[in-house]
Amino acid sequence: MSSASHLYVHLPFCSSRCGYCDFVTVVGRAGEHGRYVDALLAELELERALLAPRPETVYLGGGTPTLTDAGAFERLLAALPEAAEVTVEANPETVTDELARLLSRNRVNRVSIGAQTFNSALLEVLERRARPDDVRRAVHRVRDAGIDNISLDLIYGIPGQGPSDLARDLAEALALEPEHISAYELEAKPGTRFTHAHGAELERQAAAMESYFEHVVETLTAAGYRWYETANFCRRGIRDLRARHNLGYWLGHDYLGIGVGAVSTIENRRWRNAPSLARYVAALSGGARPPREHEELAPPVRDAERLMLGLRLDEPLSVAGLEGTLDQSELERLTRGGLVTREEGSLLLTRRGRFLGGGVTARLLA
Amino acid sequence: MDQQHIRNFSIIAHIDHGKSTLADRILQLTETVSAREMRDQLLDSMDLERERGITIKAQAVRVQWKGHELNLIDTPGHVDFTYEVSRSLQACEGALLVVDAAQGIEAQTLANAYLAIENNLEIVPVVNKIDLPQADPERAAAEVADLIGEDPERVLPISAKTGQGVEAVLDAIVERIPTPHGDPGTPARALIFDSSYDQYRGVVAFVRVVDGVLRPREWLRTMALGTRFEAQEIGFMSPGNRPVKELTAGEVGYVITGLKDVSELRVGDTLTTDKHGALEPLPGYKDVKPMVFAGLFPTDSDDYPELRDALEKLKLNDAALFYEPETSQALGFGFRCGFLGLLHMEIVRERLEREFDLDLLVTAPNVAYRVKPVNGEWVEVHTPADLPDAFDEVEEPYIKASIIVPKEYVGTVMELNNDRRGKFDHLEYLSPERVHLTYELPLAEIVLDYYDQLKSRTRGYASFDYDVAGFRAGNLARVDILVGSEPVDALSLIVHRDFAYERGKALVEKLREEIPRQMFDVAIQAAIGARIIARETVKARRKDVLAKCYGGDITRKRKLLEKQKAGKKRMKSVGGVEVPQEAFLAVLNLNESAKR
Repeated sequence: MSSASHLYVHLPFCSSRCGYCDFVTVVGRAGEHGRYVDALLAELELERALLAPRPETVYLGGGTPTLTDAGAFERLLAALPEAAEVTVEANPETVTDELARLLSRNRVNRVSIGAQTFNSALLEVLERRARPDDVRRAVHRVRDAGIDNISLDLIYGIPGQGPSDLARDLAEALALEPEHISAYELEAKPGTRFTHAHGAELERQAAAMESYFEHVVETLTAAGYRWYETANFCRRGIRDLRARHNLGYWLGHDYLGIGVGAVSTIENRRWRNAPSLARYVAALSGGARPPREHEELAPPVRDAERLMLGLRLDEPLSVAGLEGTLDQSELERLTRGGLVTREEGSLLLTRRGRFLGGGVTARLLA
Repeated sequence: MDQQHIRNFSIIAHIDHGKSTLADRILQLTETVSAREMRDQLLDSMDLERERGITIKAQAVRVQWKGHELNLIDTPGHVDFTYEVSRSLQACEGALLVVDAAQGIEAQTLANAYLAIENNLEIVPVVNKIDLPQADPERAAAEVADLIGEDPERVLPISAKTGQGVEAVLDAIVERIPTPHGDPGTPARALIFDSSYDQYRGVVAFVRVVDGVLRPREWLRTMALGTRFEAQEIGFMSPGNRPVKELTAGEVGYVITGLKDVSELRVGDTLTTDKHGALEPLPGYKDVKPMVFAGLFPTDSDDYPELRDALEKLKLNDAALFYEPETSQALGFGFRCGFLGLLHMEIVRERLEREFDLDLLVTAPNVAYRVKPVNGEWVEVHTPADLPDAFDEVEEPYIKASIIVPKEYVGTVMELNNDRRGKFDHLEYLSPERVHLTYELPLAEIVLDYYDQLKSRTRGYASFDYDVAGFRAGNLARVDILVGSEPVDALSLIVHRDFAYERGKALVEKLREEIPRQMFDVAIQAAIGARIIARETVKARRKDVLAKCYGGDITRKRKLLEKQKAGKKRMKSVGGVEVPQEAFLAVLNLNESAKR
């Protein structure tokens, strides 16, 4: 069995749950952080064979990883394998000078800050705790601690967000000169408390929001950022500032995920740990693997995923071996329509094609 | 039975005026069926008939009354089956004309009464439902008496529901309706007034013997079509099959033919013996032609074989149903079906969906056209897309419409008819309150929503009936709809040139609403020949992406895409444009104002 070069570590703890969130999160339970970290390390030990001795990337996501009790958190970071890129997700209000130094001394070299918006009223709509100044301070603290690869997460399409609000958010983000920006349209997932509260407003502004995506891409590329993935941008320059961990997903690499709700994909197997914190900790404290949901990835499924993920990038996707997955007549038509370009065994979406990437991919799948 | 003791009669009535209830009561009073066997509307055996309260297939029942043999010949109760009604009436010497005491005469009553008069039938007028609180028997009796030129005193007041007055009806049948007067000694001539298909015994013909005698095991022949067969069994219904050794002049009964295809036996044809047969057929045979056509396509193209089998089975019992395979580049494989009229179409569609559990897409109906291509011979066209670009002349079917309406709605009905290219023919007051209007109208103007419009504009008071009046020249043009520059055969329509622009414009506007935005701009155009008369654009989408996609949700995103892909497969693709099936019905939903 090959070994994965990418390790994902899930830290579910949050101080409160944001209305729009559908990740596996746990509010409170400060007393359980230590035992959870024990369980994480136990799982890592059980699956060590699946991981390369020196993985390329480690990514700690959440939840709010930086909310984890400092002692337990540092113990975890110290125990994780060395990697070229180690990223930690952070909520702005959790980034103190102490935390920034903790990250820095534990080889964390990339921090992804969940800014979302710089507008106080919209932050409240999203039920975020941070204030706009918290975001600015967090960026400076991380930089002062010597970490020189910062990503900001932005959300657009927030209920009540007008075009000028979006322009201001982008300007504020650019003023902080982050190496990387992720910009997501707000996904109001059915059944969430958020959709219940704001569904009507979201529907009302749906038509106007069509242009928001274009606006984001135009503004960021004009400011010297590379639109390297559907929702991700990095500063151009000598360094390649793309998120290497996430690039692993988009290029179809294997990855090991540990923690509650974490997903792993190794060759033709994918599994998801059950989302229950109690059961996760109980299983691993007894030396057993946590309950998991398994999925067999047949070759056509992996091929379809390769296409779906690869077409999100701004680099040509090699289609060698994917011929059976591609609907040739659709490919022909989409090429004629100026949404796809083809050259030497590879595919690339045009600029307009990338704005329609979901629909284009659905059509290309045979 | 000698002809002196035979009476053959039909019951004619507007829908819901009580024909079936009266028939039931007659069967009970004559002890043809016991109370235990009695079931409401015994004669209407199909579920659909019982539900809609209409009779689709006629049957004949023999009852005994005071030493006489009475044959009740049931008639189909709707306009689409006028020809079948007329054949049933031809098999009789008299008819009960039943009118609801509360409603009075309706358009269908008139149509059928005129048919009866044309067939020289003795009409026995009956006013039914006199037990209802809102009944006005005197007014209804006056209307009926006036219609047929009869003394109002001779109109029989009854309640078929309670049985009140029904014995008097039976007596009147014996007293007033003439006896048959055929010649039992000459070669046999029997009128086929209906047929049905029995899955074990084949085609069954329902006949009225006019002259001579029919016997079992005898070789018989139909005079118009020339079909030969050996009569397996002959008999009469009372109400079950009662085989007999012979049916003689004046009698009504059935012949089991052993034929396997109903189209070999046509209603209106004359049955005679194969050897020493009659020389002259009975008058009045017509080859009925379907006038209304529509494409029937399975919603799921995998159901095509099931649809074909279902149509084959329906056709066994419905000689008037016409179908042939049709391939639409937009809708795939299906059938172009011909119907006698709108109700016939509705019945066929419902039976296909209900009895055969098929999910169907039925295109907007159109009429048959006759066209003479440049330097060519006249041909009949059943689908608008088949109308050639260039032709010398084209003709469309016209109907004679008969409408009865309270006088305050005369203006609104006239307005509707004028909008529909109607030509005023006649106006007559049936009573101080009610007016009978006749118009000539192109059938094409009726097939879409005329009836609904008439009903809604008159608050449901208007009654309507029609008769096909033949083909007339029309200033017609074929309007094609192009989606993404490709013509969509299933959306072509034939319209009067004066309305072509408005209809084309309304249709492309409707389609713009129905066709979802795609990845490219989609032009929707209406054209006559090479000339574009209307155009709309469905603007391309500007965004269609899955915002986030990381390790934890690849499976879910992949499933989303697969779902998106599957959704597209349910749409019909025309020139690479995904068109939802609803769009093909857009022509049905053009609102009234857009149509003018």
